[in-house]
This record gives sequence, structure tokens and C-alpha cells, in this order.
Amino acid sequence: MPIAETDVRWVKAPTLGLLDRLYIPAIMQGLGTTIKHVFQPKVTQQFPEVRPDLPANYRGLHRLNRDADGRVKCVACFMCSTACPARCIDIVAAPAPPEWKDREKYPEMFVIDELRCIYCGMCEQACPCDAIELTSLFDLTGLSREEMMFDKEKLLSVFDETVKMGKDPIRTQAGVLSCASEPSI
Amino acid sequence: MNIIWDNWPTILTVLVVFGALQALGGGLVYVERKICAFMQNRVGPNRVGPMGLLQILADGLKFILKEEFIPKYADRVVFIIAPTIGFIAAMLSFAVVPFGPTGDPTKIEYASEYQFVIAKNVDIGILFIFAISSLTVYGIILGGWASNNKYSMLGGLRSSAQIISYEIPLGLSILGVTILSGSLNLERVLWHQSADIGSWHIWTQPLAFFLFMVSAFAECNRLPFDLPETEQELVGGYHTEYNGMKLAFFFLGEYTHMVTTSFLMVILFFGGWHFPGIAERDSLGVLKLMAFIVKVFVFIIFYMLIRWTIPRFRFDQLMSLAWKVFIPMALLNLVAVMIVKEFDMPLWLLTLVSIAIIVGAGFITSKPPMRIVKTAA
Repeated sequence: MPIAETDVRWVKAPTLGLLDRLYIPAIMQGLGTTIKHVFQPKVTQQFPEVRPDLPANYRGLHRLNRDADGRVKCVACFMCSTACPARCIDIVAAPAPPEWKDREKYPEMFVIDELRCIYCGMCEQACPCDAIELTSLFDLTGLSREEMMFDKEKLLSVFDETVKMGKDPIRTQAGVLSCASEPSI
Repeated sequence: MNIIWDNWPTILTVLVVFGALQALGGGLVYVERKICAFMQNRVGPNRVGPMGLLQILADGLKFILKEEFIPKYADRVVFIIAPTIGFIAAMLSFAVVPFGPTGDPTKIEYASEYQFVIAKNVDIGILFIFAISSLTVYGIILGGWASNNKYSMLGGLRSSAQIISYEIPLGLSILGVTILSGSLNLERVLWHQSADIGSWHIWTQPLAFFLFMVSAFAECNRLPFDLPETEQELVGGYHTEYNGMKLAFFFLGEYTHMVTTSFLMVILFFGGWHFPGIAERDSLGVLKLMAFIVKVFVFIIFYMLIRWTIPRFRFDQLMSLAWKVFIPMALLNLVAVMIVKEFDMPLWLLTLVSIAIIVGAGFITSKPPMRIVKTAA
């Protein structure tokens, strides 16, 4: 069906006045804009001296959380390494020590290859007990590939560091084990 | 030996000006980067030295230490000569430009006193500048051609068309000034305006100033007329294949040209070193020098402000601006000056004529609004 004549709105090109045709007022206006910007506050961040204030849900370096007793919170359920699209999480599970009443397993080894990781945050979503989290640390460097394989101790130290900095990720319940593990009585 | 000894003030002036112009070229790159940054709400170079001031040295060192690479199929001789031509022509055209306090050129003792100009009392001053500075186009064309690169070639061709077109309004626009002051000698033109602020040529020749300024922008290949080196379409234009010191020569030439044209604008239209109340004819030379330098820097800053304000012209717009707008306007202005001078009419008429020409051009260039023709279905 063709568009009815009544539905068509004809738009005329705006006619230029004499001042518009001279272009000089427009150029003056443009100069005003550029000069105005000279005196506006600068938006540049002086990076190495001034650290950016990243939001709490930033997806940077991982950490392994500790519970209230300072033990690793992870229960070695392999949910994160299953969810990981980059297959960068390597876990070796072991039976939990008998004095740990609230869980059956704990990770004997927990290695994340930070070079393979794509920082998608799916491990953190998959984790049933909020044991793995992405922090707002973003500038990790290393001199070799081996150095970038972060093991359990390293990831736990990241936890200690971020807690000390007071920059906890937004979803954290640091220190308290969540529903997936039995509450310790 | 005697020749050198007798002319030591001139030789010293040449050395100082030559050094100062090159230092200024480096300094202006820094100023340009800073101003560009400020306009985009950035900070600009600030890592090397206090406020990034040593950036000038760092840039210079980088240019000197870079590998001098010449493309295999480039014409080696012309490739090396081209930037040199551009650089030398830009430097040479400064020879007759007064850059500080100068005396009354009509007096006899003018020749024996020291004047702030390398070659004093050159009666064809303006002509000399135009003749030499239009040689810079050789540098650009030869550079583009010798690179054996299509983009460079196109940049060189565009540049030749642009610079040759804008030479005409550039020359025509200041004919009025030379008629009013009765000389092509830059010192005389300057002296003619140093009586009081009312004798500055900007009041009687605003249109000529406008035409001269825009044409000078085009001559310097500055935005909005930087078609020879449009990054988006021509990579780098005529200097695509250049690097190291040869590229630096192109830049030095461009910035020297900018400085020279800024000096010319101040000398021809804004009374040179004259500033009412501060730098009159009998004031201290230092004050005159300061007034002069400040005025020139205002224009250099204006060059940079314009660069980040107006988008680039299309090539056909560029050409029609020169041939269809500027040349007729400049001719009309020239005729008006001639009539006023011939019949001894008051000079303020020229101001009115300038405004009338600008407004008239606005009326003529107006296009009728687009008609919408409805055809019967």
C-alpha cells in the first residue's frame, strides 16, 4: 500500500540568512567553542602517579577468598574450571583435613593461567561458595610465562592484599562461607 | 677579512635570526601540541622536563638520530634536494622582514644606524618575499614527485594547484596597502603606520587583511587548507616517504613560513612595533621589540586556534574560494583604493567599501532555497 499523501510531511531546507552566508559569525562561534575548551578542566589521568579509581565490579586479577578462620574458602567443586571458556583454571582436589568439619574436599592445588584468562568473570558466577572473585587489580606483569601461572598461595595473597587495600569486589561476603558448605558449629 | 669585520652587525643578525627561527620552529611544535591538547581537554606533552618543555629537544634529537631511509625507486638527488629547497626558501624570505624597532627609512642616517632587519631598505621588500616564498612549492612538488609514490605525487599536485591559486589573492590583497603607504618597502609601510593607531591599515583595509590572512593560511598548508597532506586520504601527502632530518626540514620550512606570514600581517596591517601609549615612535627599543613579538605571537596562536576550529575544505571548494570569491573581492578592493587615492577622497570610505564588498559577496553566493517539486501522481 502506498503511503497516503496526508501522512507525508514535506520538510523544506532551512533558508540561510545573510549572516549565515557570510560564515563569519559561524567561524567566530566555533572559535569561541575552542577557546572555551582551553580553560575547561582537563580530563587526563596522570596514570602511573594517579591510580584510576576503578568500580568495585571491575574484572581484573583473580583472588581466592579466605573464610573467617583464614582457611581457603574453595571446596574444590570444579564448577569454575568447568565454566571457564578459556580453560585456564587447573584444580587438584584432595579430601579435607579431618578437623575441617564443614566440607569434604579442599583444593590441594589451584592454578590460574593469567595469560590464558579472558577476564570474563564466569568463574566467579559459577562458584557456589563465593570462593573465587575478580578484583580491580589490572596491572599485573611478569617476565616469564611461568610467573603468570598464579597458584593457590599467590591467589590467597591477592586476597590479603585487596582486603588490606579496602578494595573488595562488590559481591564479596569475605570471611563467611555461603550456602554450599555446611555451617561450622 | 675586512668585509666580514665591517659588516659584523649584519652577520651577527643573520646568525641570531637563523638560530632563532629554527629554535622557534621547534618551540612552535611544542606550543601547537599544547594548544591542541588544551582544546581537547587534555594536558599535552608533560613528561620530558618541567611542563614537558624539554620535549622540543627530545623531538629534535629524534629527528637527528633517526635512520635516513630513502626508498629504493625514489629519485635520490631530487629526493634529498626537495626539503632543502623548501627550508632555504622559507628562511630566505625572512631576510627583508623587520623583526624589531626600525627607524624612519626616509631619513639619510637610516642606512648608518642599526636596524632590526637583515637586509635594510630593500625597496622591493614585499615582492622579494612573494618571489622567494612561492619557491617553497618547488620543495613540495619535487618531494612528492621524487618519492615515486602515488600518494606523495597527489599531495604534490594538490599543493601546486593550491599555492599557485592562492598566490593571486595574496598578492592582490596587499596591493591596496602598498598604494596607501606608497611603497613596497616593508620598513616604509611600517613607518607609515607608526604615527598613531588610526593610521594602522587594518582600519582602512579590513577586507584586504581578511583575504591576506586566509590566503596565508592556504600558502602555509595549514588547516583548513592542508589538502597536500590530508592524513585521511593521502597518508602523509608529499612527505609520506620522508623521515628523519629531511622531514624536519619540511616542518621547519612550514613553521618558518607561518612565522614570516605572521610578521607580515603585523607589519602590513597592525603597525609593526607601534602600540599606542606603550611603543610610540620615540619610545625605548625594548618596548617596541616586545610589542612586536607579542603581536606576532597573537597571530601564531590564532593560526593554531583556527586549525582546531574549522574543518578541512574539499578540493573544489578550495579552488572556487580562491578563484570565484577571493580574486574578485581583492580586485574590487584594489579598484576602490585606486579611486579613493586618485580623487583624494577621505580614507574612511574604504572601510565602508570593505564591509559592502563582504556583504555583497554574501548576497551573491546565496543559493535559492531548494525547491520541492510535487509531480502529479
